[in-house]
Amino acid sequence: MSASGMKQSRLAFWLFLAPVLGWLLLLIVLPHLDMLYMSLRSGSFSHPGWTLTNYQAFFEEPIYWLTFARTAGYAVITTAITLVLGLPVAFYIAKVVRPGLSGALMVLLLLPFWVSELVRVYGWMILLRESGVINFFLLRLGIIDTPIEMLYNDATMIMGLVYTSMLFMVVPLVSVMESLDDSLVEAAYDLGASRLCIWRTIIIPHSKPGITSGCIVVFMLSLGNYLTPNLMGGKNSLWFTEQIYNQFIASFNWNQGSAFGFLLLALSSVIVWAGLKLTRQKLGEVAS
Amino acid sequence: MIRSLPNGRPYIWSFNLFVLLYFVFLFAPLVVTCVLAFNNSDFPSLPWHGFSLDWFLSPGPDRVGVFHDSQNLRAIVTSVETAVCVSALSVLVGTCASFLFEQEEFRFKGALYMLMLAPLVIPGVILGISQLLAANSVGAFLEDTVGWDVEWLRPSFWLVVIGQFSFIATFVTLVVSARLRKFDRSLEEAALNLGANRFEVIRYITLPFLRPAIVGAAAVSFLMSFENFNTTLFLVGSEPTLPINLYLQVRDGSTPVINSISFLLIVGTSILVLFNVYLGRKDGER
Repeated sequence: MSASGMKQSRLAFWLFLAPVLGWLLLLIVLPHLDMLYMSLRSGSFSHPGWTLTNYQAFFEEPIYWLTFARTAGYAVITTAITLVLGLPVAFYIAKVVRPGLSGALMVLLLLPFWVSELVRVYGWMILLRESGVINFFLLRLGIIDTPIEMLYNDATMIMGLVYTSMLFMVVPLVSVMESLDDSLVEAAYDLGASRLCIWRTIIIPHSKPGITSGCIVVFMLSLGNYLTPNLMGGKNSLWFTEQIYNQFIASFNWNQGSAFGFLLLALSSVIVWAGLKLTRQKLGEVAS
Repeated sequence: MIRSLPNGRPYIWSFNLFVLLYFVFLFAPLVVTCVLAFNNSDFPSLPWHGFSLDWFLSPGPDRVGVFHDSQNLRAIVTSVETAVCVSALSVLVGTCASFLFEQEEFRFKGALYMLMLAPLVIPGVILGISQLLAANSVGAFLEDTVGWDVEWLRPSFWLVVIGQFSFIATFVTLVVSARLRKFDRSLEEAALNLGANRFEVIRYITLPFLRPAIVGAAAVSFLMSFENFNTTLFLVGSEPTLPINLYLQVRDGSTPVINSISFLLIVGTSILVLFNVYLGRKDGER
């Protein structure tokens, strides 16, 4: 390459690097360092300085850590339900239905998830509430006499979370199942293996990468969800993101809110890291 | 068990039924929302009082349809403006990032790549608050040292754009990188041998090859920005985007106007998604 060509290559390199560095350092690294810094500062004007009181408050107030633990627990339950529902659906699309139909089913599957989450939650609200569509039909059919309030409880909230994050489980499962060689299943079948045995020894082990990435994404999305718990959960199903919102917007205690934010970030990072370690995968592989 | 094996009828039928129920579960809330947008009633609920376009067209004063609802219309315009800015910015920076990670070699490339993937695993709420904190700190710093009062560093339109861009650019990078990986670099070498410079190669050879991926990524960014709630919630100023505005309305009780907006959103999104699928098909055939 000529000298001017070399120079241009260097220039191109810097032209690519500058915006990317700007993006990652200014918008990802700096804000999160700032959040860590804020969480370790005292919010009071009389005693400014470094402090751990924001984290201490989290462990001393049962409402805070209970909400945190419940959010994590419900996110795990949501992930488990999503996986159990997603496996057969993915298997059907990848292996059972006619090949021509599976593409169309995939598009149908994707469609609802591109619509704003708010619209989806709203749809469930007008279905389930006391004056909702389901109650209307149940009354008409004479199954119940008085309308039942189906919204604002934990079970409905979990169903909403499952609904919201379903896609992120089914899509990786479908793509991993499509790569499963049919002849393995055929061989097992010919040798007399039962369905359960085929699932346990062939399909599940083969699908592990898809299961991992699906579970990680679903867990993370449920943990960080705000809309669904806020609109579908009851008074007692406070979500940890709502605590963060309250600290930031309602109480205007940014230091406390930062500490909460950092704890939530730490939890989701640990889970993602553990999931990747357990299955010996890299983030880059899961993402692409 | 699978297509190529003999399956009992009960097995196939129960499986079909299961998947059918699954799709009913997926579409029930959307279909109900759409249908009730056309109900001639003051509440988004049954019974059915007949077909009506009031919640789209009525000018008021009892029923105000979407097309006369200035608050919601303004929110739609804000959302479109935000989404256009975010997707333009994301496509620009995301494409730079793909070139950087696919075609350049430098120290700390692995570390920078991991950093680029980080927004995938940061919950949106956290991204929102950290962005809010940083903008506030920078704003306070500028005001204290230089005496500048930077308007857009407070919760505002541009802060929303920045916040959404910070994670949508990652998706663009992944989509464009996937296509750039398939690019035959001997084409570039040929052009360079024939006397083109690096920028001419990118302009005339590489970018045209990337075009389908870039258009697809732009459409996806537009949708992601348009429907974003979690990050926007903390950064929004006096001009709410549509999801935020709808959220406030849903929280305070609902009118069928939310249904009619939802209907428009569902139709619009479907068109964009189908367009994207069509692009993907064409891309695959080549």
